[in-house]
Amino acid sequence: MGMTEAILLTIATAATPLLLAAIGELVVERSGVLNLGVEGMMLMGAVVAFGTALTTGNAWLGIAAGAIAGAVFSLLFGFLALTLVTNQVATGLALTLLGIGLSGMIGEAFVGQPGVKLGAISIPVLSDIPLVGRLLFGQDPMFYISLALTGGVMWFLFRTRAGLTLRSVGDSHSSAHALGIKVIAIRYMAVMFGGACAGLAGAQLSLVYTTQWIENMTAGRGWIALALVVFASWRPWRVLAGAYLFGAITIAQLHIQATNLRDLADWPAPLFWIAEAVKSIPSQFLSSLPYLATIVVLVLISRNRRLTMMNTPASLGRPFVPDR
Amino acid sequence: MRIELSKRPQQSKLFSALSPFLAFSLMVLAGAIIFAALGKNPVDGLYAYFIEPLREVWSLHELAIKAAPLILIAVGLSVCFMSSNWNIGAEGQFTIGAIFGAAIPLYFPDFQNATVLPLMLIFGALGGALYAAIPAILKARFNTNEILTSLMLVYVAQLVLDWLVRGPWRDPAAMSFPQAPRLHSWAVVPELFPMSGRANWGIVFAILAAIAVWFMLARTLKGFEVKVIGQSPRAGRFGGFSTARTIIFAFLLSGALAGLAGIVEVSGAIGRLQPQISPGYGFAAIIVAFLGRLNPLGIVAAGFVLALSYLGGEAAQIEIGVTDKTVRAFQGMLLFFVLACDTLIHYQIRIIRPVASAPPAATPAVEAARGND
Repeated sequence: MGMTEAILLTIATAATPLLLAAIGELVVERSGVLNLGVEGMMLMGAVVAFGTALTTGNAWLGIAAGAIAGAVFSLLFGFLALTLVTNQVATGLALTLLGIGLSGMIGEAFVGQPGVKLGAISIPVLSDIPLVGRLLFGQDPMFYISLALTGGVMWFLFRTRAGLTLRSVGDSHSSAHALGIKVIAIRYMAVMFGGACAGLAGAQLSLVYTTQWIENMTAGRGWIALALVVFASWRPWRVLAGAYLFGAITIAQLHIQATNLRDLADWPAPLFWIAEAVKSIPSQFLSSLPYLATIVVLVLISRNRRLTMMNTPASLGRPFVPDR
Repeated sequence: MRIELSKRPQQSKLFSALSPFLAFSLMVLAGAIIFAALGKNPVDGLYAYFIEPLREVWSLHELAIKAAPLILIAVGLSVCFMSSNWNIGAEGQFTIGAIFGAAIPLYFPDFQNATVLPLMLIFGALGGALYAAIPAILKARFNTNEILTSLMLVYVAQLVLDWLVRGPWRDPAAMSFPQAPRLHSWAVVPELFPMSGRANWGIVFAILAAIAVWFMLARTLKGFEVKVIGQSPRAGRFGGFSTARTIIFAFLLSGALAGLAGIVEVSGAIGRLQPQISPGYGFAAIIVAFLGRLNPLGIVAAGFVLALSYLGGEAAQIEIGVTDKTVRAFQGMLLFFVLACDTLIHYQIRIIRPVASAPPAATPAVEAARGND
C-alpha cells in the first residue's frame, strides 16, 4: 500500500465521525431545532458501543447499541426543549455537560481495556484495483454507512413528501401547525434521528478510529460537526465536503507531527527548508489547527449576512407552543 | 397521557423563587437513585456528598476556594446570557487570564514588591477580556456564531498553556515535570485566615464582583440596555441602544471576570502554572449562572452549591468508594432540572389523561378535532 493511499484512507476514517454527526444534526436543524448536545450524545454513543462490544465480543452489536444510546439520550433534550419549551441553547449545553459526566462515569471500568475492532470489509477483485481499490471497496463498514446516510438524507429531504414536511416545520412552525402538521411529533423524530447519528459517530470513534475508551475522547468533534452544518448552509452534500476537508486538516497535522526530518533528507533543498520550518512549529499549535480552521471557516461563511439568512431554517431555535 | 403548556399571563413569582430549590431537590433525589444503582447506600452517598464537606473548618475553606472562580465566571456569564450572548468559552478565557497574569512574575522574577499582585490581577483580567474579544468582534462584525467560536477557543487556549508549561516556561528544576516555576511570595493571593485554612481573597473578589454587577444590572442605564437588547434587540435599537456595543460589552466583562478567576486560581490555590489548572470551572459556571437565575446575588449562593458538588465528589470517593466522575454527571443533571423547573415560571403545566376528565378550558369539539396525539 502506497503512502498516498494510506493517507487517503486515514482521512476517510477521520472524516467519517464528523460526517455522521453533522448529517444527523443537519436533519435536526432543518426541522427547526438547535441541539447543541452533539458532543454529549457522541460520548454516550462511544461509551455504550465500547461497553457492548467488549461484553458481547461483537462489534456490530456495539454499533447498534451506540446508535440506540444516542437516540435515547437525545430524548432527554427532546422532552425539555420540545415538551417543556426550555431554551434550546441552554438545554443542548446541558445535554453535552451531562453526556461528558455520565460517559465518564460509565466508562470508568473500560479505561485501558483493549476494545473490539470493527474490521474493514474487503470486496474481492474490486479492492485490488490500484489506488482507488482499497479506498472505495476495502474500508470499514462505518465509511459506507456514513455515505449511505448522507445520500439517504439528501433523497429524503428534497425528494420525498415527508422531507418537505420536515423542512416546512423548520421554516415556519406556526404555518405548518395551521396546516395540521404535527410539529412537535416531527421534531421529536428529527431529534432522535440526530441522536442516533451522533451515537453512530461515537461508536465509530471507539470501535474503528481508536478501539479504546478514553474519557472525553470526542475532543470537540461534536462541536466541529455543529460548525460543519453552518458551514454547509444546511445542505447535505456540502456537509460531506466539509467533513472531508476537516478530516484532511486533522490528518495533515498528525502526519506533520509524526514525520521525522531525517527521512526527508533526500528532498530537494527548498522543499526540505519548508519541511524544516513546518517541523519547527510546536506540536500544540499543529494540534490546534482543526479548531482554528473551524473559526476561520465560520467567519468566511457568515460574512455574507444575506446568504446566511436565506439558508438558515427560519424557525431554528425558536420555541413553539401550539396554540389552542 | 400528554403534557400541555399554557402561557401564564405573568411570570409566576412563586416559582421564580422556588425553582432553584425544586431543581436542587430533584438532583438530590436523582443522586440517591444513582447511588442505589451503583450498589451504594443512598443515605451514605448523599451524606458524603452534601453534608460531610460542611462539617470541618478546613473543608469550608476549600469550599470558598472552589466557589470563588465559579462565582466570578458565572457573574460575568449572567450579563452575557441576559443579553443573549452565548459565551460558552469561559474556560478558555480563564486559561488565558491565568497565562497573562502569571507572565509577570515569570518574566520579571526580580521584580518583587507589593505592586506585583495587583498588576498580575489586572493583566489576568485583561488577558481574559482580550480573548473574549475574539468571538465578540467576530459576532459583532461578521455575525459569526459566538457559541462555536468561543468554544473552539477553549481547546486552543488549553493547547497554548500546554505548550508554555512544556516548552518556554518549563521549570528546569522540576526534572521532566511539565510545570512552570512556583510563584514567589509577592505573587501569591494572600490567605484570609491562615490559621484555620487555605481560603484566600478570591472569594472576597467574587462577592464584590457579584454586588457590583448586581448594581449595574438593577440600577444603571447600562444594565437596562443589557436586558432590553437581550429580550428584544429590535426594541433596543428603537431605544437607541447598539446591539454591537452590547455584544462587545458583555463579552469583555465576562472575559475579564473569567480571566481574573484564572489568575486568582493559579496564584492562590495552585501556586504555579501547570497543564491542568481547572476542573471545568468555565463550564460548571454556566450551571451556576442558570441555577442563580442569572441574578448575581443568586449566583453567589449557586456558586457555593456547585463548589459543594466538587468537594462532595472527592468525599464520596474516599468515604464510599464511588468514582469522582459522578461530579460532572450530578452537575449536568442539575442544569437539566433547573431548566425544566424554569418552565413552571412561564407556563402552567397540565397533564392530560386520555380518560374522560377533559380540562374545562377546552371545549369537547376542539378536543375531538385534535384527536389523541
